[in-house]
Amino acid sequence: MILSRRRIAPLSNVGAWIGAVVLVMVVVIALVGPWLAPHSPDQPIAAPFTPPGSGHPLGTDFLGRDVLSRLLWGGRSVLLFAGAATTIAYAVGLAVGLLAGYSRSWIDPALMRSVDILLAFPALVFILLLAAALGTGIWSVLLATAVIQVPGIARIIRTATLEQSVRGFVEVAVLRGETTPSILRREILPNIAGPISADIGLRFTWSVILIASVNFLGLGLQPPAADWGVMVSENRGGLNLNPYAMLAPALILGALTVAINLVSDSLARRYR
Amino acid sequence: MSLAGVEHAGTAPPRAVERRRHHPVLRYAARRVAAGVLTLAVLSLLVFAATSVLPGDAASAILGKQAHGPQLQHLRAEMGLNHSIARQYGDWVGGLLHGNLGNSAAGYAAGGQVTVWSQISGKLANSAILALLAFLPIIAVSLLLGVVTALRATGWLDHVVSTLTLIPAALPEFVLGAVLLAVFFTWLNVLPPVSLIPPGANPLDYPSELVLPVLTLVGVSTGYAIRMIRAGMLDSLLSESVTMARLNGIRERRVVVRYAARNALAPSVQVFALIAQYLIGGILIVEYLYNYPGIGKELVDAVAIHDNLEVQSVTMLLATIYVAITIAADVVVMLLVPKLRTGGR
Amino acid sequence: MNVPPAILEVDDLKITTTSGDAILEEASLTLARGEILGVVGESGSGKSTLALAMLGYTRDGTRVERGSVRIDGTDLLQLPERERRRRRGRVASYVPQEPGQALNPSLRVGAAILDVIREHGAAVPGQVGRVLTAVHLPATKQFARRYPHELSGGQQQRVTIGMALSCQPPVIVFDEPTTGLDVITQAGIIEEIRRLRDERDAAMVYVSHDLAVVAALADRIMVVYAGRVVEHGRAAALVQTPRHPYTRGLIQSIPDPSRPRTLIPMRGTGAGVGQWPAGCPFEPRCPQRVDACATAVPPLEPAGDERSVRCIRWRDTPPVDLGDRLGGNPSKRSGGALLQVEDLLAVHRGADTVVAANGVTFAIGEQQCVALVGESGSGKTTVARAIIGLHRPEAGTIVFDGESLAGHARDRTATQRQRIQYVFQNPYDSLNPRQRIADALARPARLLRGLKGQQATDEVARLLDRVRLPQTIANRYPHQLSGGERQRVAIARALAARPDLLICDEITSALDVSVQAAILEVLDDLRSQLGLTILLITHDLGVVSAIADHVIVLQRGCILEAGPVMDILAQPTDAYTTQLIDAAPRMRIA
Repeated sequence: MILSRRRIAPLSNVGAWIGAVVLVMVVVIALVGPWLAPHSPDQPIAAPFTPPGSGHPLGTDFLGRDVLSRLLWGGRSVLLFAGAATTIAYAVGLAVGLLAGYSRSWIDPALMRSVDILLAFPALVFILLLAAALGTGIWSVLLATAVIQVPGIARIIRTATLEQSVRGFVEVAVLRGETTPSILRREILPNIAGPISADIGLRFTWSVILIASVNFLGLGLQPPAADWGVMVSENRGGLNLNPYAMLAPALILGALTVAINLVSDSLARRYR
Repeated sequence: MSLAGVEHAGTAPPRAVERRRHHPVLRYAARRVAAGVLTLAVLSLLVFAATSVLPGDAASAILGKQAHGPQLQHLRAEMGLNHSIARQYGDWVGGLLHGNLGNSAAGYAAGGQVTVWSQISGKLANSAILALLAFLPIIAVSLLLGVVTALRATGWLDHVVSTLTLIPAALPEFVLGAVLLAVFFTWLNVLPPVSLIPPGANPLDYPSELVLPVLTLVGVSTGYAIRMIRAGMLDSLLSESVTMARLNGIRERRVVVRYAARNALAPSVQVFALIAQYLIGGILIVEYLYNYPGIGKELVDAVAIHDNLEVQSVTMLLATIYVAITIAADVVVMLLVPKLRTGGR
Repeated sequence: MNVPPAILEVDDLKITTTSGDAILEEASLTLARGEILGVVGESGSGKSTLALAMLGYTRDGTRVERGSVRIDGTDLLQLPERERRRRRGRVASYVPQEPGQALNPSLRVGAAILDVIREHGAAVPGQVGRVLTAVHLPATKQFARRYPHELSGGQQQRVTIGMALSCQPPVIVFDEPTTGLDVITQAGIIEEIRRLRDERDAAMVYVSHDLAVVAALADRIMVVYAGRVVEHGRAAALVQTPRHPYTRGLIQSIPDPSRPRTLIPMRGTGAGVGQWPAGCPFEPRCPQRVDACATAVPPLEPAGDERSVRCIRWRDTPPVDLGDRLGGNPSKRSGGALLQVEDLLAVHRGADTVVAANGVTFAIGEQQCVALVGESGSGKTTVARAIIGLHRPEAGTIVFDGESLAGHARDRTATQRQRIQYVFQNPYDSLNPRQRIADALARPARLLRGLKGQQATDEVARLLDRVRLPQTIANRYPHQLSGGERQRVAIARALAARPDLLICDEITSALDVSVQAAILEVLDDLRSQLGLTILLITHDLGVVSAIADHVIVLQRGCILEAGPVMDILAQPTDAYTTQLIDAAPRMRIA
């Protein structure tokens, strides 16, 4: 069996391109959708769970509202909140990881132990806990999603920083008398761009999944919000009347997460 | 000046083991368990603090916002909510350690004292069944496909599997669940959409109710597991020691099993531990989606009705299981990797 | 003359990458039982590929384009893979370069040896014990139950040699078996191989970049350059009178501790696979080139007395020029003590506390070149790092030009930091991969000497000149440079601060011997042109003999002896020093 590191090529670029195209499409729908929606997302237009027909290509949901319109309205919340959660998580995680990885003193174990406590929780359970503590609603979910991802990010950044900080050119910079912020900025950061780019896409996917799941559980955004996760949950009852009410938001969410994954997967391989 | 009790550099070959530590595995396990207990202790503080943050408490939640006066006082006394925070925490932890998870608020609402444990023990068992039914196929399939695709890397099977595994691995559970429901219920109408398992019954008596939840859990995790197993096996196959074995003339089957697979075991254990932990979260979603009477759904419902006592206790239970899995995986890895056992560090 | 029949015959072997670039071409050799053939080449020469090919094995990404490898008459390359595999270990076996990587970490060594034995026939009780004894390892059950990581480097290598011998193959291939072992262990392994040659009747191929070792061990030597054999002949004669200019250049680049002298490096650098010139591969660097050399690859022609050479001007190759004896003008070099280290105590804190430097005391005078010599674990790097301020000592003082230095670099004054500079061992690690060379060189000039704008740019140009690098390097990134070029950049960067003292930490250990000679020449030039004081950290007595005035011998944190290089190398007083000197391989050229 002759194997070759070179021949074991990454998933062909076809996958990455498909992912990129789908991603762009979904993002466009999410951002621009509200202007394209034929009906209001809140007003019933027909009987509940009417199957697809003229005027409502995807049928109506459990309150008689147009599924298509709600679909076009329903993406913004997920993108917005997932993006915010990932950004906050990265800002904190980057700071913690850089500090812990570079300091190589008591600061490292102190920071990492405190952060590792959170790793003992299943992510969703933690979000639920915070929802119980701070009240259900999207803001506590946002906070919880950001917080629960900090340990993972901090770990990756810390490992990458540690790897770089023992390299010759960093010691050379120390001997030059460069200040720590200068070293972090000029020597360390440019060289950990690789692991960061590999990780950030996956984090965003994870944020989307978590927030959508909590919305699905009814503990995040509340009805009558038009959110894809909420829509999947509230239309469960009509599966044999109008399955599209549940299926359409589910499929578009799936397309989003799969697309992000395809794209960030190929980015990760390029770095490697 | 010289320091007492230190060794000089470069005496013995750096890793020669003349003094073997007795039972290194047991000592390691003991250390990890102690660390785990410490972690859980800190977690319990966090959990308790979290659920005590909100103004108003479980009693007013049960009786509704209008309640005040003697009725509220009476219930609060019954539930032990008129003690200091520290005392409440102490009572709770003390109870936990004795296996007493406290009394459920929902029980109080129904007018009696019902322990949390009595409410959830059955559900815990149901969830365990679900998790096990999902975990075993995941392990089996990922080991099989992961190893085979690594051995036949870049072949047609590898490409097909790689493509196929990418999709479900990126899906949220409820999305996959929705699709499966649409296929098996709406379209084919062979499986029920919700689990109508009566309370207290054994879920194994209702196999058709189990199919969709198990399939959903398996679908999302297997793709990830296959990729990780494949990566670990591939790393091992490309290592110098495998090349050397081939150069010594060892036949290919032996090389794969005794040289490559053996070194890929430890990372695989880590992967499976991750999957097991992931399943804990997955169960929350899947039970809610299919209305399966398990501990996941219990937790979601408890959060929804602000039954903080139950939330506290169930969370601690799940966290304990989570930590236990980590410790078990670390110990198994230590058993598998000789370097960790005898290298001293 | 009685010529024994050849057991190994390689004929016109050509191996290429899957994309078509040649790695090895026109390789032919014959070897009889009881003979050792040394194959010498530097990185990229194709020697490792040749070593593997003798077992009918090619690494992934490479393929055999033509040629044959016959052992006892059977061409391995014509056999199906299954048959080839059956012969590996039994007909031809292999000793790898890095035994630590090559042994399976989850198998006990006894079990691993047994695997090989069983694969090629039934195991006889006690056989593992006999294998261990054959390579001077304890034949005890306790030893056989050890895992590879519990053995030292030397022991691991003996295990792999044992495995290679276990089935008594007629052909054994050693692929750089002593790289990565320290010099005393290396001497032990070489002695082992010599003994095996005498005891058994195997044909051995010893592949190495170290001509000195090969010359001492082999009966015949084959020199490989850019994928082709350039010279082939009996070992002693080849080393005394090389006919190919590359062989000659190589011999002149190799230092000999018993004969301290300035090295004469070859010009230019070797090209990588896929970039070899159309004509003679050595032509761009050859001191005796003529235009005809560039048009076609010269054939390998006989040059009398069992010699063959691939050069059209081999008759004109001058004798080996070993250069001046070291020493120059000692009186010019003595001044006041620039650096004074007193009673230095440094430790490593880990699971245990290990003393790295124990009461080290020495002084370096102005414009001297002092070598601090020791094996791995001797503490020499720790001492160097303490001096530069990367390792805080527990006790002792370091005085530089009259001022006591603080333990850590950040506590020192900017002037102190500027006046002592450090060059690291690993050229692949000491340059920021995301920085262009020009920026890397300008930064210390800007920071430590306050140069701005055009001044800094001019300084960069000057620095590149000093280390004999072309100006085009300035705009490149490190990954585009070879190891030797990167190390020159590292030296240039150190010079950018205009230091008085330059500390060089094993700066040539990771480089080929010809590149090493060039770097040492640069260092020597800098010393005389800039009046630099140099502290050289090395394990290689050859390097010491090539450039240093004074030498300090360190073992386990203690100084064993110190003094002028000529004196110490000629008449060492300490037993360990004697051991080191004796263990250093040398070629005994008249």
